[in-house]
Amino acid sequence: MTSDDLESMTVLGDPVRRALYRFVAEQGRDVSRNEAAEATGVQRTLAAHHLDKLVEAGLLESRFKRLSGKAGPGGGRPAKVYRRVREERTVSLPPRDYRTLALVLAETVDLLGGEEKAEQAARRTGERLAASDAADLPEVLRARGYEPYEEDGRVRLRNCPFHVLAESHPLLVCSMNLALCEGMLAGLGETGVVATLDPRPGECCVAFTSSKNNVD
Amino acid sequence: MHLAQLNVAHLREPLDSPALTDFLDALAPIYQVSDAAPGFVWRMKEGDEPTDLIQHDYGPMLVVNLSVWESRETLWNFVYRSAHLEVMRRRREWFHRIAEPYTVMWWVPEGHLPPLDEAVARLDLLRAQGPGPEAFTFKDFYDSSDAACLPAAAEVRK
Repeated sequence: MTSDDLESMTVLGDPVRRALYRFVAEQGRDVSRNEAAEATGVQRTLAAHHLDKLVEAGLLESRFKRLSGKAGPGGGRPAKVYRRVREERTVSLPPRDYRTLALVLAETVDLLGGEEKAEQAARRTGERLAASDAADLPEVLRARGYEPYEEDGRVRLRNCPFHVLAESHPLLVCSMNLALCEGMLAGLGETGVVATLDPRPGECCVAFTSSKNNVD
Repeated sequence: MHLAQLNVAHLREPLDSPALTDFLDALAPIYQVSDAAPGFVWRMKEGDEPTDLIQHDYGPMLVVNLSVWESRETLWNFVYRSAHLEVMRRRREWFHRIAEPYTVMWWVPEGHLPPLDEAVARLDLLRAQGPGPEAFTFKDFYDSSDAACLPAAAEVRK
């Protein structure tokens, strides 16, 4: 944790900002000032002010984009759009550093060639998590920070809760993540759904599909 | 500059064994993804069929893959953020685990399609000296500006 991280959090002390941040984060794409204002029920100029504060704090990023999709003259004036930054902010009091330890452990699994054991451990952990949360799949996923959403009859995950590790050890971490999700399904006794690897840039690598129409 | 990548993998069973069927079947769909992926420039081909693996002098149990990409990000997104990931996840079913580096990257001038001996020389360099601007990995990555300082980067270690 840095003092910057803590400062970023204090910006979220304002309920309007929190609502705007949440709305932008949930869309997983560029959001215009108008759209954010409408969704949160605040005036456009007020929304713009708060959105820019969130950019200043490093929680959102902004750019200019022609919303009509047309380039060149006649494409309209570019509008300012916002999306959530990829880098996480961590605040832990007292300070804790699980990330460094996780990196060391991932390195250790690589050195030992222990991928299979790591996947088994992840599966068991998933089972335990789901059993203790005692809820349905979307709730379990939300509680773990996956940000599930539906698309074409499947459940996709907007956020990778293990982002830093998934960048440094993608194969290990994505395989463990799949096993963890499979474990959650087992722990929930969910037999009608399967977890598959279906990665996309900027999202979690796992998607859930109904096991009945599991033919792509 | 463009980014070249070589992969080598040591087969557990000969290519015509039933254990390799799934691997060979995965090639066509994966090449469809790679060849259409943003930033894909070129890959070395032996023939028109996806299962025509690159011929080389390093023995029948070695499978090699050589491709060129526009950037680290585009190559990364293909390797780890596409259907390719699932095939990689299953690699132990088909290939031996090896302690040495099995993949190497280096910068090439745009338009240069590296021959296999250049690629293998880069892998040898990585294995002998560890990552540097002439031969590196995703984990220890070097920007093209680092490589540009080197004399005639593509000619190195011929």
